[in-house]
Amino acid sequence: MQKSPNRESLLRKPGFQTLLASLLCIVLGLLVGFIALLIINPSGAGEAIMDIMRNFLNYSKRTTQIKNLGNTLVKTAPLLMCSLSVLFAYKVGLFNIGAAGQYVAGAGACIYCAVGLGLPWFVCMLASILAGAVVGAVSGALKAYRNVNEVISCIMLNWISLYLVNTLLSGVKNPTSPYTYSVTKKLVTVDGVQQVVDHPQALLPQLGIQGLFNNNKYVGLALPLAILLAVCIWVLLSKTRLGYELRATGLNKNAAKYCGMQDRHNIVLTMAIAGGLAGIGASMLYLTGFEDWSVTQSSVPGMGFNGIAAAFLGGLNPIASIFSSFFIQHITDGGAQLDKQVYPAEISSLISSLIIYFCGFVLFFKTSLNRWLDRRGEKPLTDKGGKA
Amino acid sequence: MASEYAIEMLNITKRFPGIIANDNITLQLRRGEIHALLGENGAGKSTLMSVLFGLYQPEEGTIKKDGQVVKINDPNDANALGIGMVHQHFKLVECFTVLDNIILGVEPAGKFGLLQKEDARRRVIELSEKYGLHVDPDAKISDITVGMQQRTEILKMLYRDNEILIFDEPTAVLTPQEIDELMQIMRNLRAEGKSILFISHKLAEIMAVADRCSVLRKGKYIGTVNTADVTMEDLSAMMVGRNVNFHVEKKPSHPGDVILHVENMTVASKVHKNNAVKGVTFDVRAGEIVCIAGIDGNGQTEFVYGLTGLEPLVDGKIVLQGKDITNAPIRERSVSGMSHIPEDRHKHGLVLDYSLEDDIVLQRYFEGEFTKHGFLRRPNIRQYAEKLIEQYDIRSGQGPVTMARSMSGGNQQKAIIAREIDKNPSLLVAVQPTRGLDVGAIEYIHRQIVAQRDAGKAVLLVSLEMDEVLDVSDRILVMYEGEIVGELDPKKTNPEEMGLYMAGAKRDTVKKEA
Ligand SMILES: Nc1ncnc2c1ncn2[C@@H]1O[C@H](COP(=O)(O)OP(=O)(O)OP(=O)(O)O)[C@@H](O)[C@H]1O
Ligand SMILES: [Mg+2]
Repeated sequence: MQKSPNRESLLRKPGFQTLLASLLCIVLGLLVGFIALLIINPSGAGEAIMDIMRNFLNYSKRTTQIKNLGNTLVKTAPLLMCSLSVLFAYKVGLFNIGAAGQYVAGAGACIYCAVGLGLPWFVCMLASILAGAVVGAVSGALKAYRNVNEVISCIMLNWISLYLVNTLLSGVKNPTSPYTYSVTKKLVTVDGVQQVVDHPQALLPQLGIQGLFNNNKYVGLALPLAILLAVCIWVLLSKTRLGYELRATGLNKNAAKYCGMQDRHNIVLTMAIAGGLAGIGASMLYLTGFEDWSVTQSSVPGMGFNGIAAAFLGGLNPIASIFSSFFIQHITDGGAQLDKQVYPAEISSLISSLIIYFCGFVLFFKTSLNRWLDRRGEKPLTDKGGKA
Repeated sequence: MASEYAIEMLNITKRFPGIIANDNITLQLRRGEIHALLGENGAGKSTLMSVLFGLYQPEEGTIKKDGQVVKINDPNDANALGIGMVHQHFKLVECFTVLDNIILGVEPAGKFGLLQKEDARRRVIELSEKYGLHVDPDAKISDITVGMQQRTEILKMLYRDNEILIFDEPTAVLTPQEIDELMQIMRNLRAEGKSILFISHKLAEIMAVADRCSVLRKGKYIGTVNTADVTMEDLSAMMVGRNVNFHVEKKPSHPGDVILHVENMTVASKVHKNNAVKGVTFDVRAGEIVCIAGIDGNGQTEFVYGLTGLEPLVDGKIVLQGKDITNAPIRERSVSGMSHIPEDRHKHGLVLDYSLEDDIVLQRYFEGEFTKHGFLRRPNIRQYAEKLIEQYDIRSGQGPVTMARSMSGGNQQKAIIAREIDKNPSLLVAVQPTRGLDVGAIEYIHRQIVAQRDAGKAVLLVSLEMDEVLDVSDRILVMYEGEIVGELDPKKTNPEEMGLYMAGAKRDTVKKEA
C-alpha cells in the first residue's frame, strides 16, 4: 500500500475536490461579475461587489441585519426545494429545466386553495405538491412513453404553467392591483356578494423561529422543513431501494431494463417527485405572505432556474445544496442592495449564471488537480518504490 | 537506425488505489514483429498498453522509441510518435459514419475551415483496399457489425500513419471467420513494416500470428519467448503458474423434465424488415446443456432478447417450468428462475459507475435479504459481495467498493457470471460467457456451467466459438438466418459438419420435439 501525506490524501477525496471546485467557481463568478461592474461604472465597482457579497450586512443596525437575514432565509427555502428538484432528476439522468414551471404550478395551486377556497396551510401545501408533481409527471410520461426530450417538454410546460396559473389566479385578484389577494385573506360569497375576509390559517406556522430573527414574521416552518426534505432526498438516493433503482436507471438505462427495473415507470416517478419538490417550494414562499402573485407577469419566475445553479454549485449533493442555495439567494438579494441608478440589480443574476457556467469546469478542475497530484507524487514515490 | 527495437518500455510501474497494476515491467518490441502480450484477467495488460498510449502516466520507468527516451503525456503525443491503439472496448462515436470516425481529430480542413472529405474518403478507400479492411465509409457505426467497427478502428490508426499498432483483445468480439481475416490483416501490416502489439487470451491465435510473446502475471513480468520454441501448454503454464486443462471434464448428462419450452418463437429485426428469428421451436431439459451455435448475426442476439424479455415477440410462446412467460416482464422471468449472462457486458450487464458490490446484487437487491422496509441492507450486501468475490476470484483494486468501470474486462465478466450463477436459476441463459476471459478463468467457468447442469439446472448456451460449443454442450442446435437448421450430437459431429450447417449449406427438416 502506498502511503501519502495526509494533506495529499485530503486533496484526493472527491468530496473535498468538489468543495474546492465550487469555491473556485464562486471566486471566478464574482471576479467576472466584478469586471462587468467595472465596465458599467469603474468608480463604484469595488464598493458594489462588496455590497452584493455583504447583502444583509449592509445595514448598520444589528436588528435590521438579522431581520434581513431572515428575508434571505425565507427565499432560501423555496430555492433549496428547486435545487433538490433539479438534482434529484439529474441523478436519474434527466435534466429538469422544468422546475421553474413546476414551481409556478405549485404557486398557483397553493394561492388558489388559500384565497379562493379558504383552505388551511397544510392542504394548500399538499395542493402545491400535487400540482408540481402533475406537471413533472407530464414531462416524465412524454419522455418515457413518447421519447420526447424532457428539456423541450419542460420548457414548453414552463410557459403553459405560467399562463394557466395567471388565468386561474385572475379569479382571486385584487381589483385595485395586478396582484392576487394575500394568502391571509379569503374570498367568500355572502348573499351573492363577494367579500374579502381574514384567513390567517393559510399562513405557515412560525414555530417561534421568528423570534430569532427580530420578529421577522415571514420566517417559520419553511426553512427547517426544506432542510429536512434535503436530508430525506439524500437518504432516499443513497440508502433506499428506490434510490438504488433510480440511480441505476440514470447511469445505465439498458442495464436497468436488463435486470427488470421498470425504467419507464421510474422516469415518470422521478419527474413526479422532482415536480413535487419544486411545487412544495412555491408553497414555502407564498404561504408566508412574503410575496403575492402578479397575474400580469409574463416571464417565468427565476426561482426554478436559480435552482439549477444551486444544484450544480452544490456538486449535486442534497446536503451541499442547503449551503449553495443560501449562497445563491444571498448574492441575489445582495444585488438588490446596489444603487439602481448606476447598476442593474440583475448583476447578481449575472454572477450566479457565471457561477453555473464555471461549474461546467468542475470536472476539468478535478482532472487537472489529479494530474498535478500525480506529477507531484512521482518523486517521493520513486524513493520508496521498491517495497510498495 | 540505432536500435533494433521500435519501442522499449523499461521498468514500468503503475499503481492504482489498492493495487500495483504494473510492477517493474520491461517490454521490448522489435521493428516489424508481431509481439503478443499474454496474462490472466487483471494481469495489467491493458494498463501497460494505456501507458504506452499516453492514457496513464507510470510512476516509474522510461519509454524509448527507436532508442530515444520519449515522454508520452497523452494520446496526442502517442499519435505524434506513430503509436496507435485499438481499445478492448471500442471508442467510436455511435451516431457518426465510419468515415467521420476515421478522420475525427485530424479532419482535413480546406479554405475557411470547411471540411474537405473527398480526399479523406479517397485515402480511406485506398487504405482499406491495400490491407483488405472492408468497410462502408458512409455507414453509421450503430448500424454495422462489431467486426466492421474494429476494421474502422484499424483504419483510424492507418489513416494517422501509425507505425506501432496496439491491439487490445481484438479477437474477443469477432467471429471465427473475422478472426481469420484479422490475422491475415495483421500479417499484411507486418509485411509493410509495422510493429504490432497484440493482446489475446486465445493461445491458438498467439501461436498462429505472433513472433514473440511476453507474459505478465499479477502485474509482474514473467518472461518473453519465441512462439516457435514453445507449445500452448507452455504458454498457459507461464501465464497462470500451473497446467490448465483445455478439455472440459464431464459425465454423460441425464436430462430430466422439460424446463424451457419455446414454440414458434418469432422476433422482429431492428435492422431490416424481415424477422430476425423465424418460428424457432425447441425444449431444454433439466440437467442438460443445450447450445445454440451459429455464425454471428443469424438471429442469436434477437432470440436471446426475445427469450429474456428485452424485446417483445412477434409470435410464439415461451414456457418456463410449466408457466407461460411469453408476455411476462423481465423481473418476473428472473424471479421465476431465469438467469441471463448477457452478450454485451457494458451495455446490459453492469452499471459501470456502480461499485462492484452494487453490481453484484443487481438481480437480487429487492429480496428481503438485501432490502428491508425499502431500505438497502448494506452490511448484508457487503457480506454477500465478499463471498462471491472470494468464491469466483474476482480481482480488483479495492474489493467490494471498487468501481466496476475500473476493473479489467475479464473481471467484470466474472462478476456478472458470479451474480447470475449464484442466483440459483432453474434455467441459465449464457451468451458468450467466456468472452474475454483467460484460459484459467474459462476452465473455471466451464466447470461451473457443467456443475449447474449436474445440479439439475437447464443450461442454454449461446456461443460463437466452435471449441466451446463442441466441448461444453450436450446437444447442439445450429441457427442459420433465424431458423434452427439442425440438431447435432457433440460426440458424433465434427467442426466440418457443424461448419456446413452454420453456413447454411446443409439443413435438416426441423423436427418436432417429443
Ligand atoms: N482506472 C483504473 N483505476 C483503478 N484500477 C484500475 C484502473 N484500470 C485498471 N485497474 C486495475 O488494474 C488491474 C489491471 O487491469 P488491466 O485492465 O490492465 O488488466 P488486463 O490484463 O487488461 O485484464 P483483462 O484480460 O481482464 O482485460 C486490475 O486489477 C484493475 O482493477
Ligand atoms: Mg484488458
